[in-house]
Amino acid sequence: MKIRIIISLCLGTIFFVLLIGATNNAAIKFADGALPNYIEFKIPAGWPKPPTDIFAKNKLSEQGFQLGKKLFYDGQLSKDGNFSCAGCHQQFAAFATYDHDFSHGLNDQHTTRNAPALFNLAWMTKLHWDGGINHIEVQPLSPLTSPTEMAETLENVLSKLKKDTAYSKLFKAAFGTAEINSQRLLKALAQFTGSIVSSNAKYDKVLRGEAKFTYSEENGYAIFKANCASCHKEPLFTDNSFRNNGLAINDFLKDYGRMKITNNKNDSLKFKVPSLRNVMVSFPYMHDGRIYSIGSVIEHYRTGIITNQPTLDTLLLKKITITNTQKNELIYFLNTLTDTSVTKNPRFAK
Amino acid sequence: MKNKLFSIPIFLFFVLPITGYQHKNIAPQKTGNVKITFVNTVKGIPLQLHTATYTNPFAEEYTVSKFKYYISHVALSTANGSGTKNENYYLIDESKTETLSFIFPINTGTYTSLSFLPGVDSLHNVSGAQTDALDPLNDMFWTWNTGYIMAKVEGTSPQSKVVNNKVEFHIGGFMGPYNVLKNIVLNFAAGKTLNIEQDKTSEIIIEADINTWWQQPNDIKIAAHPVCSTPGALAKKIADNYSKMFTVKNIINN
Repeated sequence: MKIRIIISLCLGTIFFVLLIGATNNAAIKFADGALPNYIEFKIPAGWPKPPTDIFAKNKLSEQGFQLGKKLFYDGQLSKDGNFSCAGCHQQFAAFATYDHDFSHGLNDQHTTRNAPALFNLAWMTKLHWDGGINHIEVQPLSPLTSPTEMAETLENVLSKLKKDTAYSKLFKAAFGTAEINSQRLLKALAQFTGSIVSSNAKYDKVLRGEAKFTYSEENGYAIFKANCASCHKEPLFTDNSFRNNGLAINDFLKDYGRMKITNNKNDSLKFKVPSLRNVMVSFPYMHDGRIYSIGSVIEHYRTGIITNQPTLDTLLLKKITITNTQKNELIYFLNTLTDTSVTKNPRFAK
Repeated sequence: MKNKLFSIPIFLFFVLPITGYQHKNIAPQKTGNVKITFVNTVKGIPLQLHTATYTNPFAEEYTVSKFKYYISHVALSTANGSGTKNENYYLIDESKTETLSFIFPINTGTYTSLSFLPGVDSLHNVSGAQTDALDPLNDMFWTWNTGYIMAKVEGTSPQSKVVNNKVEFHIGGFMGPYNVLKNIVLNFAAGKTLNIEQDKTSEIIIEADINTWWQQPNDIKIAAHPVCSTPGALAKKIADNYSKMFTVKNIINN
C-alpha cells in the first residue's frame, strides 16, 4: 500500500512537471528560469475594442516596453546619431513635433509631412497620413530608412545595437535570449508606442464623473458634437478614416495623400482624420502643418474649404456655421482633451 | 478519498502511453526528401549577373545586376490528388548560390505535379515584423506602403532614359485589382513522375527565364517602362508576364 502511494506520488509529480513544462513552452523560455513580467493592455472603460489585437503576437511585457522605450529615445537608430524616434515625436507635444510644420532629418533636410502625434495607436489599423503602413510593427522601418529622416539602414542599426552591451541584456530580459534581430527591434518599439494610451484628459474625467466642465466647455462640447464628431468620433476623437477636408494642393509637395497608396483617383487628396485628443499641444495642424493655430483650423471649416474638389468629403459640402462666441467655446472644449498622463507621464519619458 | 486522488496519476500513467501507442499505429507514414532547384536563365541560358548583355523581344539590350523572388506555399501532388504542403518561405536570390535550392521532407510516393506561389501571401503582408526569408533586412519590403516585393529585376539598358540607364522592376501588390499573386501549377510531362523513396532525396529542377518578363500577355518595352517600383496596373502586367517564367527542366529520381 505504501509503495503504491509513493509510486503514485512520483508519477503524479512527473506528470504535473511535464504538464507545467508544456504550458511554459508556449511562453518565452529564459535560461535562468525567469519570465518577463507580462502586463495586460487595458482598454479604457466604455471604449471600443481595438479592431485587431496588436499584442496578440507580441506579448506585452514590462521588459519589452522598457526595451522599446530605450530604442525610441536612442539616436543610434539614425545614420549620424542625431535623430531618435523622439527627435520628431516629442512627449510634451503628445509625441508630435512641437511648433514645426515639417520635422528635421539628416543633413538639415525636411520631411514632407507633419509628424503625427503618437497615442491610441492600438486602435489604428492603418498608420501614416496616407494609411500606407498596415501594421504598427513595420512602421518604424519608414522613418528609419527614409533618406530625409533617420537615413539609416536596418543592417547598420542592428550592428550598432549588437555592439552595445547594454542592449544584449535588455533583449534577453524582453525576449529570453540576447539575440538582436529586426523582428525583436520592431516588436519592442511596438510595445512602447502601442502602450501610449490617452484616456485621462479632463474630458474623460468629466465622463467618469470625476470632474465638471465649465459653462463654456459644456457649450463647446455641444458645438463639437453637432459639427465635428462624425469624423472626430468619440472616444478616440477620430474615426481613423481618410477624407479630403478641402485644403488647396500644396504646389511644392504635390501631395495627393491616400491616392499614392491605393492608385484610386477617388482617394485623391484624402488624408487620415487625426485625433483631436491633445490637439492644443500638437500644433501645427493638417498633413503638411500649414495651419498654426486651432482658431485658424476652425476658420478653415467655417470659410476656407475649397468646395470644387471632386473628392471633397460630402460632410463638408455645407461649411460649418458657428458664431465667434461658439468658436471660442469650442476651443475651450478642445482644451479639455489635453492629457497630461500622456504628455507628462514619467512612464513614457526618457 | 486519498486513494482515489492517487489513482488519477496512475490512470494517466497507464492510459496516456496506450493512446499514444495507438496513434502511432494508425499512420506509419514513411518519408523521403525533395530538393527543388531553381536555375535562372535568359532564353534558356544560365543567367550571368552584371557581365552579360541580353536582348529582349523588342531588340532592347539589357544587363541584369539583381534577380530575386519569393517562393512560398510549395506543394506536390500525386496522380490521385493527394499531396504534401510546405509552410516555409524561400527567397531565391541569383547572387547567393545557397538560396537557389531547398530541401524539405515529403511522404514517400509518386508525384505528378508541383505548385507554388511566386511571392508572399496577403496574410503575411499584413502581419507585422517577420523573420528569416521574410525579414525586411532582405531588401524585399516596401517601407512607405507596407508589403513585400514579390519579385525583383534590376539592371541597365541603353533604352532606359532614367538616371544611369537603370532598369528597375520591383513587383508587388496584394490587394484588389492590383493583386499580383497567382498560384503556379507545373504538371510534369507525360510519363514523368517524381518518385520519393524512404530516406532518399529526389530533385526537381525548375528553370526561371527572365526573358518572359517582357512579353505575353503584355508588351513591356524598356524604353516606355524602365522602372516599376509600386503596386499598380504596370506591376500587375509585369507579374502576369513573369507568372509564365517557370518550367520544369528536369526531375532526378533517387
